Amino acid sequence: MLHLHILLTFFALTPPESVLVKDNPNDQGQAIVITWTHPAPESLLGFRIFRSTSPTGDFTPVEPELLNRTDYLDTDTLLRDGVAYYYLIRAYSANDSASSAVAGPVIARAQWFNASRLNVLVLTLIISALFIYYILRARQGKQMFIRKISGLDAIDDALGRATEMGKPILFSFGLGYITDMVVIAALPLLRRIGKKSAEYAVRLIVPNSDPIVMTAAQETVKEAYTEAGRPDLYNPDNITFVTSDQFGYAAGVDGIILRERPGAIFWLGYFYAESLILAETGHTVGAIQLAGTTETTQLPFFVAACDYTMIGEEIYAASCYLKPEPVMLGTIKGEDFIKMLLIFIITVLVFFGTAATLLNRNIPSLQTVFEAIVNWFSPPS
Amino acid sequence: MFQRSIPLFIVLFTALLLIVAFFIPHKPFGDLESRFLNWYAIISGFTFLLGLDSLTRHHLLKVIRREKGWFYSLLLVLSLFATLTVGLYSWVKFSSPFALRAPFMWLYKYMIIPLQATMFATLAFFIFSAAYRAFRIRNLGATLLLIAACLVMLGNVPLGSSIWQRISQLVHLVFPNTRLDLLYQIELFAQIKDWLMAIPQAAAGRGIGIGLALGGIAMSLRIILGIERTYLSS
Amino acid sequence: MKLWERLATIDRRIIYSILALVVILPLILKPKIGVRVSEPVRDAYSAIEQLPTNSVVMISIDFDPSSAPEVQPMLIALLRHCFKKNLKVILTGQLALGLPMGEIALNQVAPEYQKVYGKDYVNIGYRPGYAAMMVGIGREIRDFFKTDYRGVPIDSFEFMRGVHNYHDIALLVSLAHGAVADAWIQYAGARFKQKIIVGCTGVNAPGMYQYYSAHQIEGIIGGLQGASEYETLVQKPGSATLGMPAQSAAHGLLILLLIIGNIGFLLSRKKSRGK
Repeated sequence: MLHLHILLTFFALTPPESVLVKDNPNDQGQAIVITWTHPAPESLLGFRIFRSTSPTGDFTPVEPELLNRTDYLDTDTLLRDGVAYYYLIRAYSANDSASSAVAGPVIARAQWFNASRLNVLVLTLIISALFIYYILRARQGKQMFIRKISGLDAIDDALGRATEMGKPILFSFGLGYITDMVVIAALPLLRRIGKKSAEYAVRLIVPNSDPIVMTAAQETVKEAYTEAGRPDLYNPDNITFVTSDQFGYAAGVDGIILRERPGAIFWLGYFYAESLILAETGHTVGAIQLAGTTETTQLPFFVAACDYTMIGEEIYAASCYLKPEPVMLGTIKGEDFIKMLLIFIITVLVFFGTAATLLNRNIPSLQTVFEAIVNWFSPPS
Repeated sequence: MFQRSIPLFIVLFTALLLIVAFFIPHKPFGDLESRFLNWYAIISGFTFLLGLDSLTRHHLLKVIRREKGWFYSLLLVLSLFATLTVGLYSWVKFSSPFALRAPFMWLYKYMIIPLQATMFATLAFFIFSAAYRAFRIRNLGATLLLIAACLVMLGNVPLGSSIWQRISQLVHLVFPNTRLDLLYQIELFAQIKDWLMAIPQAAAGRGIGIGLALGGIAMSLRIILGIERTYLSS
Repeated sequence: MKLWERLATIDRRIIYSILALVVILPLILKPKIGVRVSEPVRDAYSAIEQLPTNSVVMISIDFDPSSAPEVQPMLIALLRHCFKKNLKVILTGQLALGLPMGEIALNQVAPEYQKVYGKDYVNIGYRPGYAAMMVGIGREIRDFFKTDYRGVPIDSFEFMRGVHNYHDIALLVSLAHGAVADAWIQYAGARFKQKIIVGCTGVNAPGMYQYYSAHQIEGIIGGLQGASEYETLVQKPGSATLGMPAQSAAHGLLILLLIIGNIGFLLSRKKSRGK
């Protein structure tokens, strides 16, 4: 009998251990995290989690299916904030099952602050404060310098050339939506180009891939023409919706370019792989082309095919460049300062991290500090 | 005055609300981001009617006035409504226009896929003409660009492996003591390509990305504070 | 026109004609060519290889038919790998026009491994919402997907009953041709620590290396080359491997043209300086 007991004990399924239950942090409540350990023998089929509102009460399964891992996030809609819950984990094999000790009580709560985003909050406050500081400085009349952006200087030349050749102008936002920063940044440029084209009585064509952008473009061009004193020249049929499909748009715009043969083309917005198709077609008709996009993978194509390309955030500076008001220039100055600050911080951290790695054996605390700094910026999972 | 002030106030209020909601998971703030994104998705869905109106009106006018290219405009309008009809019919009959037996899937497999894939394929031709024209040894920077481009192109395809094998054989011929199998393993072009992509290219991308992010923050602040107003009509 | 001037200004129509020949001939002749597997693709493969049986993999079809020649072979190879390892597959997508590509791939690959819809894989379809959906799945997938693409409740599928959020998804695969992969990394990866691998077009691949170097994604399958490498790893060559000789030849032609063009350019410049 003793031998049978020992045998059964030897082959019986061990219960899960070290069951930890806690409120899921940084969420809007109704979520509890459960973790446990188990040796996981080959005979194990899985685990089932049971929940109750009292340690001796009626435990009901949380999931109908067996789990094959040792952690679980309970987001059951029946879970209530502020109520104490108890959990037990049962392991199953083909012929046996074993339950853990009851863990709890645990209470789910909603948090008022997402602590995992503290680093984002601190950086947001610092960066915003620096921007506002430079805006206030600009308001006090401090002179600010902005360097030449050759692409923006070339707009008037391009427009003049198109006018001399008697050819229309084409402007494209690409596949951008109105929620894209680059489209909003390109609207002042469209306004400037619209005003000039009205003054020179040159046709401006704006094919669009998004109806909301089309509406914004129509309003912008209409106002530009009115500002130039030529509202009679405005024709909404020049600012149309083509299609939202990427290559359908490329085909449509290529067709417009080959038929209308514009003298100047402005690619200012969000472009994907169709960028080179558009730019090369513009090149074949001999148009002078100016491009600006924030999609870094398309910049090389524009650099290769266009006469002028605005790289990176130069397009964001466009409205400040065209209307160099002190307050606008203040934000550019703030941006520059923050960039310098980031370069400094990154350089210091690179040297510090390298030193920490090299001196790890002698001064292990350096590595600990470095990892703490890295984890503050990018919390581990 | 109110025509400008009210939209600016809406922008400021919404922006501050969403920024605050990003840090507060507690209801009602926790759901705000998703809710706003859903509202945007619904509104942008309706704006496609605007686009449809613009497209059909533009092309129908071309057909009516018999302007140059009116036949293609007619084809466009007919194709648009034919696709819509086939899609609706497939949805009603097969519960999804993308059910494998649905007529819309026939349009998809034999018209949409080949047309889109062909347009993307023309990119290869344009890359050739652009690269041939632009990659000239005008200065040091252009030379480095050309060399890097050639190395990445070689490292990306089996041709690079074949060329490296020939080079290894040549090296082994000149220096018989070198081990040919070890030389083959080096796969120099592929290693250089991997390094170029993982280190300088990624670093440059990150640098431009950081600049773009800062530019985006500056732009956002200008919009939130009402300094940038070109998206509003006056 | 002197020879070197001709070399520097070859008509683009001649270039296009030669390119067309150089691409078509290998596709007809089908020469055998070895494929070297790069580290990002090997890491992507390992990310799936080390998953236990019955783990859930979500594949997001974020490309449309234009990228199908590059990305569809990746999808087929990935599905073969997942089904060989008896993983459960959830198919979804951010582009309505792209999802049928996933359905076509599933219908091709699933019968090869005797996989059954609803038991081994499910297509939960497309829902508008993009970022809202990516964030929403972090809480509860049923907030956006109560039914599959045919309208059948997802709880009627056995393995889906245990899938609620990213916690229950072992790996997310984004097959993208644009910025959607970035959105997955930003929302699912950064906020919910979801493990992600990215399959993308050759044009987008350079942009993914930043995330790969920073260990924000487990691996990259980039372009037709990446797809052929993955086919090599799953030991079932397909259309990507078939396309590699043509791609090799095209790259070789471009390098040759660059050399010829620059010889012509340098000689022309030397001549004009001499004058």
